[in-house]
Amino acid sequence: MRNVVFAAAFFVLACSPATGSQAPTPKVASTGDSAKSKDSKDSTTTAGRGALSEPFADPFPSTYKPFPSKTTVIRNVTILTAAGPRITNGEILLEDGKIQSVGASVNAPADAVVIDGKGKFVTPGIIDIHSHLGVYSAPGVEANSDGNEATRPVTAYVWAEHSVWPQDPQFPRNLAGGVTTLQVLPGSANLFGGRSVVLKVVPSRTVQGMKFPGAKYGLKMACGENPKRVYGNKGGPQTRMGNVAGYRTAWIEAEQYRRKWDKWNADKKGDPPARDLNLETLAEVLRGDILVHNHCYRADEMAQMIDIAHEFGYRIRAFHHGVEAYKIADLLAKEGIGAAIWADWGGFKMEALDGIRANMALTQKAGVKTIVHSDDPSGSQRLNQEAAKGIEAGKELGIDISEDQAIKWLTINPAWALDLDSKIGSIEPGKDADVVLWSGDPFSVYTRAEKVWIDGALLFDRNDAAEQWRTDFDLGFVPQVGGAQ
Amino acid sequence: MKWSVSSSALAFVAMCAMTTAVSAQTIAITGGKVYPVSGPPIEGGTVLMRNGKIVAVGKDVAIPGDAERVDATGKWVTPGLVNANTNIGFGDVGFSGGPREQQAKGHDGIAAGFQVWLGFNTQSTMIAPAREGGVTSVVATPSGGLVSGQAAILDLNGALALTDLLVKALATMVAQVEDDDGAQVGAAGELIGKLRDLIEDTKAYMRRKSDYERAQTRSFVATRRDLEAMIPVVEGREPLTIVADQAAEIREVLNIAKDYGIKVVIAGGAEAWTMADKIAAAKVPVLTGAESNIPGSFSTLGSRQENAAMLRKAGVQVALIGNGAGDEELFNVRNLRYEAGNAVAYGMSWDDALRAITLAPAEIYGVSGSIGSLKPGSEGNVVVWSGDPFEFSTRAEEVFVRGKKIDAPSRQDMLAKRYETLPPKYNTP
Repeated sequence: MRNVVFAAAFFVLACSPATGSQAPTPKVASTGDSAKSKDSKDSTTTAGRGALSEPFADPFPSTYKPFPSKTTVIRNVTILTAAGPRITNGEILLEDGKIQSVGASVNAPADAVVIDGKGKFVTPGIIDIHSHLGVYSAPGVEANSDGNEATRPVTAYVWAEHSVWPQDPQFPRNLAGGVTTLQVLPGSANLFGGRSVVLKVVPSRTVQGMKFPGAKYGLKMACGENPKRVYGNKGGPQTRMGNVAGYRTAWIEAEQYRRKWDKWNADKKGDPPARDLNLETLAEVLRGDILVHNHCYRADEMAQMIDIAHEFGYRIRAFHHGVEAYKIADLLAKEGIGAAIWADWGGFKMEALDGIRANMALTQKAGVKTIVHSDDPSGSQRLNQEAAKGIEAGKELGIDISEDQAIKWLTINPAWALDLDSKIGSIEPGKDADVVLWSGDPFSVYTRAEKVWIDGALLFDRNDAAEQWRTDFDLGFVPQVGGAQ
Repeated sequence: MKWSVSSSALAFVAMCAMTTAVSAQTIAITGGKVYPVSGPPIEGGTVLMRNGKIVAVGKDVAIPGDAERVDATGKWVTPGLVNANTNIGFGDVGFSGGPREQQAKGHDGIAAGFQVWLGFNTQSTMIAPAREGGVTSVVATPSGGLVSGQAAILDLNGALALTDLLVKALATMVAQVEDDDGAQVGAAGELIGKLRDLIEDTKAYMRRKSDYERAQTRSFVATRRDLEAMIPVVEGREPLTIVADQAAEIREVLNIAKDYGIKVVIAGGAEAWTMADKIAAAKVPVLTGAESNIPGSFSTLGSRQENAAMLRKAGVQVALIGNGAGDEELFNVRNLRYEAGNAVAYGMSWDDALRAITLAPAEIYGVSGSIGSLKPGSEGNVVVWSGDPFEFSTRAEEVFVRGKKIDAPSRQDMLAKRYETLPPKYNTP
């Protein structure tokens, strides 16, 4: 009953958002004619060339630097690695911002901070690939409603990072839930909602200071009810067939734009073509440089979105809110598209009617990359509990999901969806030291994140108020009695 | 849920055939770890039900020869859970489709005469999932306006007739004091004044009914139907549940309760912890959750997950309701037990948390003689759990409502079964 009005409004706006992501794949190479890797980024790119449309342009570069860290060893702890079987009574060494070593025992320097993990668990930091923190900041007043550029159905020109308020008090609460990386997306009012941004969940004066270095952008696309509801009386689309016509029309223009610019970037002949922010984002998708995250509830609509991707030669990285993913789990597995889903949301609108708790287990069983996502600032703090529901739902169908498997839904699978799985998402030597120490088994309702490190720096300690981030908004507005939020 | 152990389609069909209430006059649940809530836990206890009611609970209960025995060895046995804040039965689709029957239009924000349960669909597809989560009774609650209407308490027993579900009609009047627009006022002070006017006009109406019928009174802020509905509230016979989150809102609710001597219940109560002692002293119960810590509005800046535990510690009667923004009023009424688990994680004792989803709401709404505990005379609402009911790895293995085991699969179960192998067969299940 809390805050009925705000909750209801948020549910409609934000819970409908979905993102579409497209993964760079061999398929893309066949349709794109420009170089695809970051290494190929035009070294002549300099400030002040804003009239040019270049692959991997990075006009708002990350200024994130890891926070100061101490070499830390956690001993006598159960480690869910997301890379293999659990290690019981294990040890993990965090050094220089990286996971230095992990195993039954590790060699730690004499001056390392030693933490006794008896009875506790270590996991990789949780990654939520469907967040609106900062773009729908708390408190949810109209002034903080920055997530949907609901002015026209195609707004691929907006970038979520330009709405992110780093002082959103929801960020530290998310961190306290063990979440270390977020993909913040525009909402789902539009066919093309705009670019996402991948953030480290860290305090910063600017959004640039939170941006995950080197992370690709995502493009948010949305199927179904939301665009047609928002635009039905504002010039359309008014129907699902109108939605599909809208996607295709935009991709046709984007493909022309991509050809024009790829040609010019290759030969630099004559005046450069006119730059268009909308088409630039879509062209980057066609080049494979931006990942498509596609909000889509219904199985039949997902299948249509897959056909559109085939028609224009891009890939969908993950369907978000795929409440019916289980109905086409075989198709998603074949296409290599991730299923970013809730544990038990459904029924809140017609297209969400067939949500079932077994969605995670059934997609997992079919070989889909299953991802637990939140789309909710509260649910995001308990993604471990969401996955626990998924384990149990599998058990009821006779599908055995181990905790070693379920932890992947929260870590390495979402890391893959962001194309960051070489850096984060598992406990393996050399990976970023984004690590959570849990008070117990993370799939128990009684367990809470106790300590959270990002790049080896301790950024949350439930038992030490001095290690708890309070945003500017928290000061004065939020009553404190000490201890964690 | 019951059928889930087996994954074969044949078994499923077989179980479907016996889904609807298996009727047994006398049932003995034996050998379990029994939590009566109204008394201390009993290891290896027996719960004996006859003709829909609980007739005995204890260690050494004589089991009649004709009793159907349910072996609960190694299991946990609790009362059916009571969810004190649901929209169940008023439309299965939250948004963009189908009927929604929980919000009246009212007159100038007042719909006191609105009896929400008259729109209750006893065949709602949301009933089975709730039951699978061990919830056997709900407070079906209206929303909107200043005074939303009146709630009823219902058992989720799958009966067709509303009269076979009703535990108590007129369980509580529901109002809210945090949304000025909803109440059709411009400011909090105006809202509180309007609520006071309604109470005072009800008293005037009660004194001068015959004058009113002859149109010889001044005009009142509410219609005759609304004023009539408010009578049991101002007489202190029916509680007034008021949605209030901010400390200032709660303060005014306490003032109204004191000034008019009416029984109030605070729902939401995000900042209740900041004035727990005052609430305890006023003997005002609070319905709140343990999953919100977000300053989602300027009324909930002090929202924290320890709220319920802190209130309980101060001596406040607390019933847990969902507040994790996961549609706990409808699709996830079933998740009430996880709210309790989270309350424990944030400082509440396990026993208090179980009480907060069983006996506490029953006491708050005056139905503790019927539901909320395992004691002789209560309805046979009993759940046999595979383990600790608050844990995700635990299942409600057997759910009895009014003495009958109900294991009808939910629509969601049927969908899972249908799509377990692809492509699906559209005649199965």
